[in-house]
Amino acid sequence: MTSYLEFEKPIAELEARIAELRAAAEGDDVDISSELQRLELKSADLLASTYSSLTPWQKTRVARHPARPHFRDYVEYAFDEFIPLGGDRYYGDDEAIMGGLASLDGRRVVLIGHEKGHDTESRLKHNFGMGKPEGYRKAIRLMELAGRFGLPVVTLVDTSGAFPGVEAEERGQAEAIARSTEACLALPVPMVATIVGEGGSGGAVALASAERVLMLEHSVYSVISPEGCASILWRTAEKAADAAEAMKVTAQHLQQLGVIDRIVPEPVGGAHRDPGATAEALAAAIGEELDALSDLAPAELRRLREERFLRIGEG
Amino acid sequence: MNWFTRVRNSLPFVAKRTTEENLWVKCPGCQEMLFTKEYEENLNVCPRCGHHGRIGADRRLTLLLDDGFEVLDQPEVREDPLKFRDSKKYTDRLKQARAKNPHADAFTVGSGEIEGRPAVVGVQDFGFMGGSMGMAVGTAFCRGAERALTRKCGYVVVTAAGGARMQEGILSLMQMPKATVMTRRLKAAGLPYIVLLTDPTTGGVTASYAMLGDVQIAEPGALIGFAGQRVIQDTIREKLPEGFQRAEYLKEHGMVDMVVKRHDLRETLATLLDYLQPRAAA
Repeated sequence: MTSYLEFEKPIAELEARIAELRAAAEGDDVDISSELQRLELKSADLLASTYSSLTPWQKTRVARHPARPHFRDYVEYAFDEFIPLGGDRYYGDDEAIMGGLASLDGRRVVLIGHEKGHDTESRLKHNFGMGKPEGYRKAIRLMELAGRFGLPVVTLVDTSGAFPGVEAEERGQAEAIARSTEACLALPVPMVATIVGEGGSGGAVALASAERVLMLEHSVYSVISPEGCASILWRTAEKAADAAEAMKVTAQHLQQLGVIDRIVPEPVGGAHRDPGATAEALAAAIGEELDALSDLAPAELRRLREERFLRIGEG
Repeated sequence: MNWFTRVRNSLPFVAKRTTEENLWVKCPGCQEMLFTKEYEENLNVCPRCGHHGRIGADRRLTLLLDDGFEVLDQPEVREDPLKFRDSKKYTDRLKQARAKNPHADAFTVGSGEIEGRPAVVGVQDFGFMGGSMGMAVGTAFCRGAERALTRKCGYVVVTAAGGARMQEGILSLMQMPKATVMTRRLKAAGLPYIVLLTDPTTGGVTASYAMLGDVQIAEPGALIGFAGQRVIQDTIREKLPEGFQRAEYLKEHGMVDMVVKRHDLRETLATLLDYLQPRAAA
């Protein structure tokens, strides 16, 4: 069953009406196909128009949609093979950040990303995609491995932020994030990062300090969650919609600001309506970016990456 | 205010008693009333409980660098790139902060010597919009690193920040990798990068250049962490451990090398710079 967001209520009503009619039509002789067709067209139009003019806050809701495809879905639909590797060799294995060897349309890469989980059990297992220090240290380990064996690094970023907890602080959450960012910048191989859902602050940038940064059409990327920003600057989390607007969190805004390079279109109605098609578009886009970088020497790749971050916000 | 004070203050010919407030200062640590003069002469360290109070960028530079250091110009950056407005315009908040601070933003760089050893010192000032890291802070950090690279000397960075400057949105977040580009260049050039963490250092600043030092020093009692305590408390719903996220706690957990009193900082830095002499990268 589709789960609808608040602003999708009119769409939900139409789709429910269509489903009802369909059920009624079965075993009935009355021809209602023209009525069905009319409603379906209307519903498709409504979906398209709603999704072509989402507000930053609505996009935030879509980016967090419970049915939105996550890391595991992309592994299944977009990659030919995935060999998970685990553990940071110091403390443990963080399931919020997954990684391993993967094949993207025949290209061998190291794939790293956040996994949020899709039901209560898996969400708990993956800690809702909130990485701990051992997760970021695993990412560092895998990036170093990629560098040594000349495998490009592909990351899929999807986190509300790094985990805020006592043990995470004790084990050096800040240091782990800082070193992971450093590891990205040091890579002698191509790196392509994509924000596929939420790009939440330092926990995201630690896996996204790449020379090519992509975003799915309805994903968001920000320094703090709209709720967090609102509760600090507006003194109430209820102003989250205003904060999302003011912080310019959408892929479209961030491309204008020169923070990201490319927007990968989602199916009408969002990635969750067709995970397969979303993954296909994502795989194609990442593939193109990797191919464009494949001939560059390590020093040139690092220079591109450094220039990108030194220049951001200028001019 | 009691009725007497109210009446007295409303009489235009009686001078208000403001001198008392300037003369005395309450220690934020032990709540003791201290002579302001005595407190300031003691580098804003409480002579009774040893609490390290916050100090501004200029005083910090004077404290660490030998006389005659040069203060670098504030870099020009795009101001208010997002045209941000919450209950107030960001540009108005900047104006307000500038009216109360000798500098145009929260990061000031001094280039000079520490006890005769060449060094560049960058200072983040909590007094300017909570030390928050925006484009001006990130760019000034980079200018300091560039100066250290040109002079082939060590870079000492004194951190203090509530975190990123939200009013610059994603561009504040981008200062994390940007600053890290420069710490990598220092490393490649074989130059020492020393971080002095002061109260408070949290958020994105901690999760980038504040944790990448070759040597990590913290001032006693300084609050240092990634996530805010309220956020953590809301997540775990239990009491935070004693001394959580304080300098001594970080020392215990292996995140800093040493906790050093303000009075000993200059000497400590000089000794470290002696040991960590620049050399060509291997």
